[in-house]
Amino acid sequence: MSTPRGSLESDGRFEETSLDASSFTPLFILVTVREAINQGMDEELERDEKVFLLGEEVAQYDGAYKVSRGLWKKYGDKRIIDTPISEMGFAGIAVGAAMAGLRPICEFMTFNFSMQAIDQVINSAAKTYYMSGGLQPVPIVFRGPNGASAGVAAQHSQCFAAWYGHCPGLKVVSPWNSEDAKGLIKSAIRDNNPVVVLENELMYGVPFELSSEAQSKDFLVPIGKAKIERQGTHITVVSHSRPVGHCLEAATVLSKEGIECEVINMRTIRPMDIETIEASVMKTNHLVTVEGGWPQFGVGAEICARIMEGPAFNFLDAPAVRVTGADVPMPYAKILEDNSVPQVKDIIFAIKKTLNI
Amino acid sequence: MRKMLAAVSRVLSGVAQKPASRVLVASRSFANDATFEIKKCDLHRLEEGPPVTTVLTREDGLRYYRMMQTVRRMELKADQLYKQKIIRGFCHLCDGQEACCVGLEAGINPTDHLITAYRAHGFTFTRGLSVREILAELTGRRGGCAKGKGGSMHMYAKNFYGGNGIVGAQGQIFEAYNMAALWKLPCIFICENNRYGMGTSVERAAASTDYYKRGDFIPGLRVDGMDILCVREATRFAAAYCRSGKGPILMELQTYRYHGHSMSDPGVSYRTREEIQEVRSKSDPIMLLKDRMVNSNLASVEELKEIDVEVRKEIEDAAQFATADPEPPLEELGHHIYSSDPPFEVRGANQWIKFKSIS
Repeated sequence: MSTPRGSLESDGRFEETSLDASSFTPLFILVTVREAINQGMDEELERDEKVFLLGEEVAQYDGAYKVSRGLWKKYGDKRIIDTPISEMGFAGIAVGAAMAGLRPICEFMTFNFSMQAIDQVINSAAKTYYMSGGLQPVPIVFRGPNGASAGVAAQHSQCFAAWYGHCPGLKVVSPWNSEDAKGLIKSAIRDNNPVVVLENELMYGVPFELSSEAQSKDFLVPIGKAKIERQGTHITVVSHSRPVGHCLEAATVLSKEGIECEVINMRTIRPMDIETIEASVMKTNHLVTVEGGWPQFGVGAEICARIMEGPAFNFLDAPAVRVTGADVPMPYAKILEDNSVPQVKDIIFAIKKTLNI
Repeated sequence: MRKMLAAVSRVLSGVAQKPASRVLVASRSFANDATFEIKKCDLHRLEEGPPVTTVLTREDGLRYYRMMQTVRRMELKADQLYKQKIIRGFCHLCDGQEACCVGLEAGINPTDHLITAYRAHGFTFTRGLSVREILAELTGRRGGCAKGKGGSMHMYAKNFYGGNGIVGAQGQIFEAYNMAALWKLPCIFICENNRYGMGTSVERAAASTDYYKRGDFIPGLRVDGMDILCVREATRFAAAYCRSGKGPILMELQTYRYHGHSMSDPGVSYRTREEIQEVRSKSDPIMLLKDRMVNSNLASVEELKEIDVEVRKEIEDAAQFATADPEPPLEELGHHIYSSDPPFEVRGANQWIKFKSIS
């Protein structure tokens, strides 16, 4: 008849799928990060009528980056709302709605514009449950593209992972691939706390395989749990968002030289899954962190500090090393921009230096 | 023979009224100036507004024409370079809005200060930078006005503070109105109302689209932003108002952009091609000035065509430069972080990559 059909589980088991025509889902389909976020929002909008999306151009324009394509057509004016260009204003409206019991998704066209509204994110959303002694939750999602794009210059290229990751009361996630994107947006929407979802514009159009499990409407990626994207023995390489792909590229190159990197995709910035990183460092004895943001007070700096405070410190054979964006406002000219973001060659260099090769 | 004598006598009688320094060699004479009627501005909290007629000299007319044509052709060249991927990132073009930047500059002094948002190429030019420096900045080369570091949205010049990428902040403008009025600051707040905020029409974004009234206690003018003479007169009026110590004033320029919001917006999903075409055929600012000048004998069609040719050449040369000029040197990546500071080291992508930072 036919070969058994099913999926390979992460622990190596082969789970056979029953061949029921009505429940057939393809093993893997290709889904772009954009489509994944769209699907995640669509499923949550359908599941809970309290969920709604607001932001600039999200409705009739289908989204500045087309992430909300089709949603206005499907859900209408009451659930998908175009706002004027007033970040402080509409972020405040969204926080108020969350306090009153709705579940808003507040889109910032890029997180650079969130600076116009940052008081609402921090003082009105993040701190409120604490300040009220546990009385007033704020179940809101702030989402949008974060970090460098291509040629958009200084005011449109900043990474906000460190700034938002600094604040107690906020949860901050940073998806890399389609599975991350879909699973994290769904978890974020279902979370009763303010969650900042840092997407990446350059990743929107990148397709990834989505497993049949991930295609399910109940598929969630838990907030606060990192994922080991590639097993390795010589060095731990930790990253979030687009640079995860660069780390995997570096790992492929180094594998040919006999160096096996363990690549960890953080998925969540706050609360940070330091345990997964520690366990990995205790195995490999070496650590390199990779991020797109600036070095000072960054995500990598926090990882290094925590490693020193925990059990993994004594397992380090060399100081931990950070690969980051250059410590400059993002320049426009291509040659300068290319050298202001972490490239695969910078990651490889840092890994070899750490391993003393 | 008689025709020639008639022409000569016209020329000679023309000479008698003109200053002695004027040389008349052309076989055709132009009027020195002409008076035009301009649209009355809508007024808010003002007893009277700008005049409804204005005198345009031939010299000024030719200069405005050349400037508007330069901005127009420069923007179209930027469109072309963007499609060739020689310009990257964001590129917000102002073709259609030439009467605003040129008319504004005609009504103020070079020593006045100007700041704007991202649709800034036209203002960068009218504030005194060359097309060469502007295009080279768009292509990210060392000959660019910001040495390639800024790009489209971050161009600066003397008394011109950019070029700014972050806008909206409706709350901030009301804060600015309040303080300007409170302290009687000599400030003209200008709204280039091109009917759309990115992809959203003003009707969908504003509870009141009478932007010239939105200053509330600040007086305001609503101006035909497609007529350069209207813009100039309104600006002169507004500037005089401010300089007299009366405090701030608002100007809403009703204008239109032919391109979409930026080069990544086709600009036709939220407005019709018919609308764009109608504005082009009825209200194009360059066409309006040209018709006025030709019909009142301030210039000839041929003369203006010559200016077109010269402008085209200037833009071509500038584009050549902008494409051939090398990128900024990598060693300068860290420069100009701080002003007036001693040199220091800037960290690159890892701790072994260092750049020198010089003020």
